[in-house]
Amino acid sequence: MIRVELPAHLRTLSGAGAEVAVEVQRNAEGRVTPRAILDALEARYPVLRGTIRDHVTHERRAFLRFYACAEDWSLESPDAPLPEEVASGKEPFLIIGAIAGG
Amino acid sequence: MSGVRLLVGTKKGAFVMTSDGKREKWEISGPHFGGWEIYHVKGSPVDPNRVYASQSSGWFGQVIQRSSDGGKTWEPVGNKFVYDGTPGTHQWYDGTPHPWEFKRVWHLEPSLSDPDTVYAGVEDAAIFRTTDGGQNWEELSGLRGHGSGPRWMPGAGGMCLHTILLDQNVPGRMFIAISAAGAFRTDDGGKSWKPINQGLNSKFLPDPTAEIGHCVHRIAMHKSRPGVLYMQKHWDVMRSDNSGDSWQEVSGNLPTDFGFVIDVHAHEPETIYVVPIKSDSEHYPLDGKLSVYRSRTGGNEWEQLTKGLPQRDCYVNVLRDAMAVDSLDKCGVYFGTTGGQVYCSADAGDSWSAVVQNLPSVLSVEVQTLP
Repeated sequence: MIRVELPAHLRTLSGAGAEVAVEVQRNAEGRVTPRAILDALEARYPVLRGTIRDHVTHERRAFLRFYACAEDWSLESPDAPLPEEVASGKEPFLIIGAIAGG
Repeated sequence: MSGVRLLVGTKKGAFVMTSDGKREKWEISGPHFGGWEIYHVKGSPVDPNRVYASQSSGWFGQVIQRSSDGGKTWEPVGNKFVYDGTPGTHQWYDGTPHPWEFKRVWHLEPSLSDPDTVYAGVEDAAIFRTTDGGQNWEELSGLRGHGSGPRWMPGAGGMCLHTILLDQNVPGRMFIAISAAGAFRTDDGGKSWKPINQGLNSKFLPDPTAEIGHCVHRIAMHKSRPGVLYMQKHWDVMRSDNSGDSWQEVSGNLPTDFGFVIDVHAHEPETIYVVPIKSDSEHYPLDGKLSVYRSRTGGNEWEQLTKGLPQRDCYVNVLRDAMAVDSLDKCGVYFGTTGGQVYCSADAGDSWSAVVQNLPSVLSVEVQTLP
C-alpha cells in the first residue's frame, strides 16, 4: 500500500484522514509513479477529481506541489518512477498546498 | 407562521440563516465548507430544500455541493466544467488575445420547473447546464459561439458570467450578463444568443456605444413584468422596457451611479433598490455612510434609506450577487458587505438591522421564503 498525505481542505472534502493508504498498480518496470498514485487516489475518492490535477489534461494544479523522500517532485514527469521507499509504503507521497497569498 | 432562509456565500465558507416571518431573531449555521470561497448558494424554486453551492479555491479548483435538506447536510456532485470544442481566445486587460480558461462558477440558477436542472455562470465567461442534479455539466456553447467572444474582456473581478435570469413567461428565454462583454438574451433555451446592449455607454471603450464590451454588473427583473429589466452597470443605472432590445439611463438623482447590486421589490415591480458606491476606483460608500437607494418609479427618482445602517466610518462594498428580496408582506430586503455584515429590512427598506456582523467578506446573498 502507498501512503498519501493530503492537505487539510482535501481531507475534509474527501472525508479521508490526514494520511490515506491506496493500492497502486506498479508499471511494467515494477515501479510506482505519481500518475499511478493519483489514478488510485481518485478512484478511491472520486470527489478529488479535478482538485489535484485537471480533469482532462491531468496537469497538476498550479498551487499544489508533490514531495517524496524530502525531494520536490512537482516538476517531474508524472510517469517518473518514485523512490522505492514510497512504493514500499515506508515513506508517504505528500500532496502540499503551496504557500501563497500571505 | 411563514419564515425565511438566507443563503450566504463568503470568502471563507457558506452560512445558512433562518428566521420566522418577523425577521427579527435569526439562527445561523456554518461555516459550511470552511476556508473555501463560496461564490453563490441558491435553492430550487420548486423544491426549496434542494440547494446548490459553488465552492472554489485557488488551490483546489471548483467543487459543486448539493443539499436536499435546506442546507443542513451536503454532498459534493460533479465538478467537471469543460468548454465545448476549442475555446479560443478573448481579450486580456491590455487588449491582447488570451486563452479561455475555466476558473470558477460565479452563479448557480436553478430551473423554475425542475430541481435537477441548474444553469451555471462561470469564469472565463460561459454558461453550463446540468439536468441530473449537478452530476454532469454541459456548456451551452451557442453563447461563446455568438462570434463576439474574441472581443470580450475581463473586468476587475475576472471575465465572469455572473447573472442568469430565467423568464417564466416566455419559454426558452433567458438573460445573462458578463463583465465585461455586456448582456445577452436567448429565446431558444440557450442555442443562440443576441447581445442586448443598445443604449449602454461605457467611456472605457474605444467606441463607448459598441455592441460588445460593456461592464454590466447586475440585471434584475420582476416576474410579473418580464419585459422590464433593470441594470446596474459599472457606471449608470439603466432600464429596458423591451426585454433588453434598448436601454435608457435612470440614474436620476443618485449621488453616484456606480455600484454592483440592483434588485426589485417582490410585490411592486416599479420599486427597485441599489447601493451606490463612490467610484470605480474607490469601492466604498460615499462619505463613509452606507445607504440603500430606493426608487418607487422604476428609476430616475431615488430616495436615500439609512435607518439602521452605519452613517460614519463605513468603507465596505456590496458585491453584485449580494442583494436579495423575500416575498413576504412586507417585502424583506437583504444585502451583505465585504466587511462581513448581512443587513435585513423587514419593511421594504424603510429600516435596517444587522442579521450578523462579523462574517468573512460576503460574496452572495439569496433568500428563500418558506411556508
